[in-house]
Amino acid sequence: MHSDNRAPLPLKLAAAGGLFFLLAPIALIFVYAFTTEEKSFQWPPPGFTLKWIGVTLNRPDVWEALFLSLRVAAISTVIALALGTLTAAAVARSRFFGRETISLLVILPIALPGIITGISLRSAFSLLEIPFSTWTIVLGHATFCIVIVYNNAVARFRRTSGALIDAAMDLGADGVQTFTLVILPNIATALLAGGMLAFALSFDEVIVTTFTAGQQTTLPIWMLEELVRPRQRPVTNVVAMAVVLVTVLPILAAYYLTRDGEHTAGAEK
Amino acid sequence: MSAISPAIFAPRSGPLSRAVDWVIRHPRMFVFLMVLPITLWLGIVYIGALIALLIQSFFSIDEYSGLIVHEFTLKTYAELFRSYNLDIIIRTVSMAAAVTLASAVIAFPIAYFAARYARGKWKALFYIGVMLPLWSSYLVKVYAWKLVLAKEGILNWLFAKLHLTWALEAALALPVVGGNSLSVSYLGTFIVFVYIWLPYMIIPVQAALERVPAPLLEAAADLGATPGQSFRMVLFPLAMPGIVAGSIFTFSLTLGDYIIPQIIGSSRLFIGQAVYTQQGTAGNIPLAAAFTVVPIVIMGLYLWGARKMGAFDAL
Amino acid sequence: MPVREPPPERTDMTDAVTFRGVSRHFGPVRAVDEVDLEIRDGEFFAMLGPSGSGKTTCLRLIAGFEQPTAGHIEIFGERADGVPPYLRNVNTVFQSYALFPHMNVLDNVAFGLRVKGVSRAERLKAAEEALSMVELAGYGSRRAGELSGGQRQRVALARALINKPRVLLLDEPLGALDLKLREQMQEELRKLQRALGLTFVFVTHDQEEALSMADRVAVFAEGRIQQVGSAEDIYRRPASRFVADFVGSSNVIPADFAGVGAAGQWASLRPEDITLDPAGREAVVTGRYFHGRVVKLALDVGGQALTALVAPRDDLPDAGQATRIAWDPARVHLMERGS
Repeated sequence: MHSDNRAPLPLKLAAAGGLFFLLAPIALIFVYAFTTEEKSFQWPPPGFTLKWIGVTLNRPDVWEALFLSLRVAAISTVIALALGTLTAAAVARSRFFGRETISLLVILPIALPGIITGISLRSAFSLLEIPFSTWTIVLGHATFCIVIVYNNAVARFRRTSGALIDAAMDLGADGVQTFTLVILPNIATALLAGGMLAFALSFDEVIVTTFTAGQQTTLPIWMLEELVRPRQRPVTNVVAMAVVLVTVLPILAAYYLTRDGEHTAGAEK
Repeated sequence: MSAISPAIFAPRSGPLSRAVDWVIRHPRMFVFLMVLPITLWLGIVYIGALIALLIQSFFSIDEYSGLIVHEFTLKTYAELFRSYNLDIIIRTVSMAAAVTLASAVIAFPIAYFAARYARGKWKALFYIGVMLPLWSSYLVKVYAWKLVLAKEGILNWLFAKLHLTWALEAALALPVVGGNSLSVSYLGTFIVFVYIWLPYMIIPVQAALERVPAPLLEAAADLGATPGQSFRMVLFPLAMPGIVAGSIFTFSLTLGDYIIPQIIGSSRLFIGQAVYTQQGTAGNIPLAAAFTVVPIVIMGLYLWGARKMGAFDAL
Repeated sequence: MPVREPPPERTDMTDAVTFRGVSRHFGPVRAVDEVDLEIRDGEFFAMLGPSGSGKTTCLRLIAGFEQPTAGHIEIFGERADGVPPYLRNVNTVFQSYALFPHMNVLDNVAFGLRVKGVSRAERLKAAEEALSMVELAGYGSRRAGELSGGQRQRVALARALINKPRVLLLDEPLGALDLKLREQMQEELRKLQRALGLTFVFVTHDQEEALSMADRVAVFAEGRIQQVGSAEDIYRRPASRFVADFVGSSNVIPADFAGVGAAGQWASLRPEDITLDPAGREAVVTGRYFHGRVVKLALDVGGQALTALVAPRDDLPDAGQATRIAWDPARVHLMERGS
């Protein structure tokens, strides 16, 4: 939907105001990371310093939490990529009994509040006497990461004309060759985008994690502890800024990856 | 062109090739193998855990020993209807409804502008402006609002500079929603909820609006509709599935959240907090389980209604 | 209609493709229903029919994208039951061309050789040759998206032919081209088929295209073959009302009215075979439509509606006027089936 008319002023103001509302708090994070004030959230900041960045870099607890988060996010993303792609291929390419159920099933972990996923996994762990570990966190994360990859992949599969797969097989490519030479190159950017978003989602997740982590501390759990009982305000400010930076880059990359693929591959007329 | 080559090539050898050929010859088996992992993972692990939780909601806790009685009872559900617990449910649902409504109102102009007027660089800016807060760390966003709403923070400073402190105080003096300061009032909780879930509303609304063909609005104008009428009678009804789709997120996410009201808000509990404390410190898994059934039921009804309105196409 | 060589003589050679009682049902939908068909080696065979008539499904059955739910298909005498597409020495030119968007033109053309393990240098050389055959030499480094519709069509053709298939399947390959280009490609395809001596199976819904290009035509409707025969056969001697109507919109009239048979039988009378004749039957013109080369007259002959195509003249009767018409009973074809 596009119009050549100019937008009415009230609409412009409302849209600009909305964008400001969305972005201003994030900008604030960047200012507070450099404040000299240690005890409160005073505005305007009395002065600026780079000192807290150095202090944060020397904090082993922050590093440990960061590494656990990265590990969990990496494993969850790999699992989500495998399961999400397979499911998307089946749902987009064929009709079978239970197809609707599966597409609903995949959405369920994000349609239901995270707390439900968290508590049900936790009670299942305790019923089955499974001790908390990296893998219990991964189990929870992969469950809701699948849908991210699935959504990206299914959209691309639908846009990739089925005739391409027919054409590859017609020209003599077997299942494996068709996958590696035709399907994969056509869905690669969608998978990369889905994978990065899944990574960002897992890296950031806190609600399910509080139920499946036990005594382990991921970066978001470290943040949460600081939010509930602030002890290290300046360090928290710096960590918050770092987290924003880490999530911004994959989003920008995912945007550029999916932007170009908007035409239907292989169905040009 | 030699006409001697065979019309049908010989099947290939090698175990992998043979397996691939076999699977291709059996498309049903192929699909089965493709959906098997997801079925095992979500269908058994995830749904299994959900069902196990639901079963526990039919158990009860012995009031004296604090142990779980593994016998079927509806006692725990009855407990949900005690005034204290009922208040929690009503409080949460009202908050979810208010947040959803406010998100829709704020999201619409942004989505409308992005879909209808923004092009090129502006379109990219709007996209990133929505995606950035959507994908930024949830906790960092909550933290940012702690900075904004703090007594010594930027918002109070701004109100003071504009000589509007009286307005803020008047808002905080309101019964129920007010409080000592924004960071310990329902008003504060509400603002943060709206902020955090707003992108989830903008995206489906914008998607729905993008799909409205421009000639449709021209047709409405051609048939004599004023801009206001074509908005009310053409554009808004067509955007409605997008709003409903967005409301699924805002409603569901608010219902289940327990961190925002814990950090910014009064000490009165929301459903998420009740679940968390019941299963954690209180050790009352049956009541926690029964509490989780509330959002499931509400969302079930909500999704059923949304499906009827065709909202799933706008996701 | 251009004069052309007679179709290849039927010999005791094996047929290129044979359908024996082939059905393909999708649930309750009978896309292809008990089809028997022989496509001879080296002929240009057209499958003609409206959309949903089963012609494309038949093509997909030959290619191996679909498997019959009943009956079986032979390709040069070999049973093709369950054989996947990549083990069939048959190639397809797709309706939308299905060029791989992530490869350039040369890699597209070389794809079939690549998956067969032909070395890079060899396959690229073969691809260059195939491209010059379709007059696209030098286009190898372009992407499919940078080509015009006609050029894509040629690439798709080269990509299929490089594999030296025994049968080439073409699924509405000219549908996306404009009229001029389509006529040019029709001629080129025909030439190419003769030069290669290859069996072409061509699916189209355009009856003129089928009649002008093919040695033989099969007319499809509702999953069944209505008639198989030479273009001349199909046009002059339609077997059924459907064929008469679909191919060249014939007048289907009671045989006794046409003056060739008994009551209860049906006959086909081509609109161009009706002439204005002062000695003929009385008719009322109910409509007159100028079509350029011809004028279409809607007529009412004693309650029977007829359509006639006549050469434009200044003294043609107008709508509402009476006139007289005639036809040569020899041009009337008595049909086997009225339905």
